[in-house]
Amino acid sequence: MMLVLGLALVAWLTGRAKAMRLTTDTDTRPHSRPQYHGWYVALWAALPALGFLALWAAISPGLVTGAVLSDPAASALPADAFIRSAILGEARGLASGTIGQGFNPASAALVEPYRAAMARFSSIGIILTLLLTFAGGAFGYTKVSHHFRARTRVERVVMLVLMAASLAAILTTFGIVFSLLFESLRFFGKVPLVEFLFGTTWAPQSGDVRPDTFGAIPLFWGTIVIGAVIAMIVAIPLGLMTAIYLTQYAHERVRRWLKPTIEILAGVPTVVYGYFAALTIGPALRDAAVALGIGGASSDSALSAGIVMGIMIIPLVSSMADDSITAVPRAMRDGSLALGATPSETIRQVLIPAALPGVMGGVLLAVSRAIGETMIVVMAAGQSANMTGNVFASITTVTVQIVKLMTGDQEFESAKTLAAFALGLILFIVTLLLNIVALRIVKRYRESYE
Amino acid sequence: MNSPAPPTSKWAGDAMQARLRRRYAAERRFRWFGFGAVALSVGFLLFLLVNMAAAGLSGFSQTRIAVPVDFRGSGLSINLDRMTREQAQSTLAQQGLPDLLTLSATAAFGPEGEHYLGAAAGAVARDAILGDPSMLSRQVIIDLPAASAIDVAAKGAGDAVSEAAVARLDAQGKLSSGFDTLFLSGADATDPTLAGVWGALKGSLLTMLVTMLFAFPIGTFTAVYLEEYAPKNRLTDIIEVSINNLAAVPSIIFGLLALALFINMFGLCGGSPLVGGMTLALMTMPVIVIAARNAIKAVPPSIRDAALAVGASKVQVVFHHVLPLALPGILTGAIIGMARALGETAPLLLIGMRAFVGDAPAGLCDRATVLPMQIFLWSDEVDKGFVENTSAAIIVLLIVLLSMNAIAITLRNKFEQRW
Repeated sequence: MMLVLGLALVAWLTGRAKAMRLTTDTDTRPHSRPQYHGWYVALWAALPALGFLALWAAISPGLVTGAVLSDPAASALPADAFIRSAILGEARGLASGTIGQGFNPASAALVEPYRAAMARFSSIGIILTLLLTFAGGAFGYTKVSHHFRARTRVERVVMLVLMAASLAAILTTFGIVFSLLFESLRFFGKVPLVEFLFGTTWAPQSGDVRPDTFGAIPLFWGTIVIGAVIAMIVAIPLGLMTAIYLTQYAHERVRRWLKPTIEILAGVPTVVYGYFAALTIGPALRDAAVALGIGGASSDSALSAGIVMGIMIIPLVSSMADDSITAVPRAMRDGSLALGATPSETIRQVLIPAALPGVMGGVLLAVSRAIGETMIVVMAAGQSANMTGNVFASITTVTVQIVKLMTGDQEFESAKTLAAFALGLILFIVTLLLNIVALRIVKRYRESYE
Repeated sequence: MNSPAPPTSKWAGDAMQARLRRRYAAERRFRWFGFGAVALSVGFLLFLLVNMAAAGLSGFSQTRIAVPVDFRGSGLSINLDRMTREQAQSTLAQQGLPDLLTLSATAAFGPEGEHYLGAAAGAVARDAILGDPSMLSRQVIIDLPAASAIDVAAKGAGDAVSEAAVARLDAQGKLSSGFDTLFLSGADATDPTLAGVWGALKGSLLTMLVTMLFAFPIGTFTAVYLEEYAPKNRLTDIIEVSINNLAAVPSIIFGLLALALFINMFGLCGGSPLVGGMTLALMTMPVIVIAARNAIKAVPPSIRDAALAVGASKVQVVFHHVLPLALPGILTGAIIGMARALGETAPLLLIGMRAFVGDAPAGLCDRATVLPMQIFLWSDEVDKGFVENTSAAIIVLLIVLLSMNAIAITLRNKFEQRW
């Protein structure tokens, strides 16, 4: 690949040189400036060759295996497809040097044929690539002439590249939707959807699939208790009051310092919050609960995870509230003050009601962020699927279970792994809906004051 | 119109004054609530940082015990003129340097002395000998790193047995402490005194390199296309909607996608900086697109018009004029997006980066771990020595993040243009 790029550079130089000669030789100016001719030749040299390289990388392993199988040494291979592919894989590893020692004696015999086939096909690939490079470069070079519109051609390629880049976003979205849907459908083939959505027992076992152990209600319960209740009880008052103080009371200089300081809370990595919740807040809350005589207290508690998550979300709520309070027309505030209301009465009875849609949008975004948050709950909320209202007890969430199901030692095909995709699908749908609703509310609210 | 005139308010009346006082009190209360909320938020931030700093700073220091070692008659000999450093190191190990150290510790501190020395003691002694080979012919006192239990006890959090040992050693003046270079140069290890962050830091750097290579060009190109060229049609709408949605998708979903796509479908190397970086690139790209679009939007149309007027093509306008002017803004957004990706753990858990990696990764396809993942792994360890390691790793992570953000802010302040 480096070779192709190097040759493309050479192509660029020669193309440009030829175009330079054109400019000096004649009186009339060529259509495009020399470097565009250079780019044109370089693109012709590099693109077909790189495309061929990618294609070759995809098909050559198959060709190599075919060549090895036609070798006389391969006739001794067992007929069973599984063992056969295991031996072949091992021989390939030995031949390319990624594996030091063979496990299966039959693979040793195949190393030499493999090595030979690999060498043969890789040299064929290199030769073909070089041929394509030179052919492309030569073709581009012959096109360089006085009236040739190199710039237009090059710009068309640039536009194609830009468009392809912007398709990446769509591809990612579709990739998420399809991979989640595909694996989830396979899961729902084993466990009925109704059983999954409304079952109340969550205890996935490895081994046989028992649909009644995949009831996700306890996970939804835990997610809502932590993300939508406890975290919001912390984040909404603190975030809203912070926004009010910063926009209405704080001196401009103080505001300039305080606002970024509070934003730091959102920039602290979640693993740090999780560690903090698990090590400092959790044990302190457990001791407090024990002192108060509350049973079932655990150092992995819904409360510690929820509080810390709420603190993490304060900046999100406060900046959304900040935006919507500042967007309320000044005349409304001035009118209220002129009627003799104190600033706090103005805020509570005029500004907040007027800004409410924006604040609500911010809260919905915050909820969607909270239920998708993973590390804090993994480290601080525990793993047991309880349906309890006791906030001092250990409780689990959707994201915790995704991590737990995925980091075990089971195969990718097992029901437990597929269950993680089903949970991911639910999480994706819920956060997506929350975001769409929130953005729509905020947008409509903004329009109403413009 | 015939209604009677409203009763005139008695502004100076007692009832009115009392109401006013109530209202002013409510005003003051409200104001204090606001101040309290801000103070609470800032206070929590300070508490978090101070807490981490207090717990983590001791992770950068190492307790050392002065051990008299008698090399005479030990049979150790090296010849630096004829051996390379590596040969000398293995020769020393073969000739029984670790056993000699254990024996010396037992001789100096009694039978439990062999538990006092840490796993890194052999390496420190070896380096001391390589620095001064003449010590092999005499008795010397070497400061050797202490075992994890002693180290923790010396910092005030150990069990009773180790506390007693520390008190005894301290009374004899044998204890000292110094900067733990191994923490910054080592990789993960099963012994907390040996474990370091360099492996994770290098893993993070490689991962970020991959993320940058994928997310920055794709994000910038997308933003350029959407802002400058995209026709108003269905496809453009779909692109915009998916970018806005991707920016709000929980990070763990990207982990699921990467697992299904990169590892199971394409068969790329799991748990490596390559796959980790590509996963984080998917996450970072929307952030860069949004920042880049704002930066491009901020370039005034008069510049485009001027360039078009002197005959530039649309591609030339963007690549010669708009992009250079928007670049500081794009870079700022990119750095902030990268900082967020650097602190991200959840998607990497799913693609197999949750493994013990005892070496710094050498290439993009090696198994690796990243800083936040190292913090997560250490926080799960039972050994008390890992507590300070975890906090110290958090300090390293926060310092890296802070410097990235500082770069972004400086960049913005330096190059920001008001038109």
